[in-house]
Amino acid sequence: MRTTLAVLAARLTRALLVAGGRGATALPGVVGLAIDPALVTRLSRSLRRGVACVTGTNGKTTTTRMLSDIVRAAGWTPVHNRSGSNLERGLAAALVSARGDVGLFELDEASVPRVLARVAPRVLVVTNLFRDQLDRYFEIDALQKRIGSAIAALPSGTTLVLNADDPLVAHLGDSHSGKMFFFGVDDPRVGGTTAQAISDATRCPRCRSPLRYTRVVLAHIGDWRCPSCGFARPARDIAASEVALGPDGSTLRVSAITEPVLVPLPGLYNAYNALAALAGARALDIPLADAAAALASFKPAFGRLERVPAEGRTLRLVLVKNPAGFNAAIGALTETGRHPRLLAALSDLDADGRDVSWIWDADFETLAQATTHAVVTGLRARDLALRFKYAGLELTRLEVVESWRGALERAIALTPVGEELAVIATYTAMLALRRALAQAGHVAPFWED
Amino acid sequence: MDLRIAHLYPDLMSIYGDRGNVIALEQRARWRGIAVETRAYTAGDAFDADWPDLWFFGGGQDQGQDVVGADLQGPNGGAVRRSIAGGAAALTICGGYQLFGHEYVPESAPAIPGLGVIDVTTRAGKTRFVGNLVADAEGGTLVGFENHSGYTYLGAKAKPLARVRIGHGNNGEDGTEGAIQGHLIGCYVHGSLLPKNSWLADLLTTWALERRHGHLALTPLDDAVETRARDAAIEVAKARP
Ligand SMILES: [Zn+2]
Repeated sequence: MRTTLAVLAARLTRALLVAGGRGATALPGVVGLAIDPALVTRLSRSLRRGVACVTGTNGKTTTTRMLSDIVRAAGWTPVHNRSGSNLERGLAAALVSARGDVGLFELDEASVPRVLARVAPRVLVVTNLFRDQLDRYFEIDALQKRIGSAIAALPSGTTLVLNADDPLVAHLGDSHSGKMFFFGVDDPRVGGTTAQAISDATRCPRCRSPLRYTRVVLAHIGDWRCPSCGFARPARDIAASEVALGPDGSTLRVSAITEPVLVPLPGLYNAYNALAALAGARALDIPLADAAAALASFKPAFGRLERVPAEGRTLRLVLVKNPAGFNAAIGALTETGRHPRLLAALSDLDADGRDVSWIWDADFETLAQATTHAVVTGLRARDLALRFKYAGLELTRLEVVESWRGALERAIALTPVGEELAVIATYTAMLALRRALAQAGHVAPFWED
Repeated sequence: MDLRIAHLYPDLMSIYGDRGNVIALEQRARWRGIAVETRAYTAGDAFDADWPDLWFFGGGQDQGQDVVGADLQGPNGGAVRRSIAGGAAALTICGGYQLFGHEYVPESAPAIPGLGVIDVTTRAGKTRFVGNLVADAEGGTLVGFENHSGYTYLGAKAKPLARVRIGHGNNGEDGTEGAIQGHLIGCYVHGSLLPKNSWLADLLTTWALERRHGHLALTPLDDAVETRARDAAIEVAKARP
């Protein structure tokens, strides 16, 4: 009775918001949870095909959306917290707003223990664990332990889908007694041999001895093993044996799939997201070939390398929030030998991370070398300009423009017609730039909270 | 002329963008035509006490701090002490600052001994201090971000590096931030401390060069971008402390 009432109240809230011309995101969930605190548990249990949760520092939005396309192609109807309201209220809002047979929930790392206590998912996908917005989550080791304890409390019926190449993620498997699928990149040409400066986990998560890497893909992701206790990269169930990167996407050879897998988003990190989604599909018993076919027509989410046409140029929007995500994104912009023109925006509101020190861990040195020109803006534009200066970008190739609209216009003017402008921004800065783009008539407004 | 920087435990003690401090020291030396070399000194290495002109020691996570604390109790701690007695300078941040002090006293566990080269003691505090910080030092304004739950108290030999204007500083009680003792500096401002506070970078460089090259006046650099970033950060700290 209480659940029914909560659902009705939440749906009414949603209807009022939509009628008022507002996007409906988390508010209906807030209303529903106020009436029935057990709303998420009750509604998620009623989903016939169960719930798949996706978490990790980077890539969870893209992976969840890929998985959503995959289950739709299989004829299922997902309930998806698509707009990025990824806390419990976002889940409640998604559950009351749509009817479906499978839940696809994107969870931020900090909310994983709380949500797992309410929802025992059929599948839990963990993409990676990097240093992220430390003023909110503090320390990655502590976070990894909290997620590990939450996993230990899950029933053995849950299937874990884990990144074999990330030792912190692979270590989560120690806490689980049920089924597990591991994914990873096996192509020996991918990655170098030296650990990167931003590495969070050069020590073994089991015994704290230094890990050995025969291949480092990104930060602490790679082919690793611990010479002291023998903990090593687990065998991969879903592995890319060949990765061919291109400016608009990549092609993967994946074990157990005959045809090459097309990932229509550039960047090695999106290849990882695709592997996570494929492994998730396998854990949901969806045939891999069907899953791969669904991926080929994938469209990116807000700020995940989405393309926006503007005045004869193509804007490529890249949302960044931490060093690993930043390095992965600049990899996608430069790894095919390109020299991007940039509009870079740094802000320090809560959703961006209030501490902007992370930019000093990100590999601006590589970006500065490749950059043709950079226009810098945002609430912390001056910090960003300083970072570019110390990364070696000549001041003649660097401009600070304080206003969003002004920065956008200047960066577009500096980009020749027919060429691409890379827009790299933190969360609220990207929202502000998007609003400026919408005012100029280039994109539709986008609602996020 | 050359500058030698030893980065202490970069694999275990380098969070919150601490690498930015090393980048600032390196770049400012290069821009002045001073050759610079940075070496990583980490747990299990045998530290060469004679090599460094300057030690950089960043903040760490609790688990990293255990390994580091244990390593510093061995011969490597002795090497750092000898090096400092021999005139090397040091910049220590957060966890590094605490480990250069006498000890760190957790809430309900035995005290973790430090090197005791800076006359400070730290105990675990109840409230974590997270936010923008502005403090006034003798050489200039100090601006940045603090994030620590250790409360540090200064002994007689350590002088406060700065007086807190916005934020919490060493312990949230006595209005001090950081410590300065001889050519050693401890500070809770992490990440882009030296890039934005270029006067402090230059003070440390002067001290570091003194060990092998004698006292020198550094060539002035155009710090317009640094000054703008510092001024903007002070405005941000006023608006969003
Ligand atoms: Zn081990």
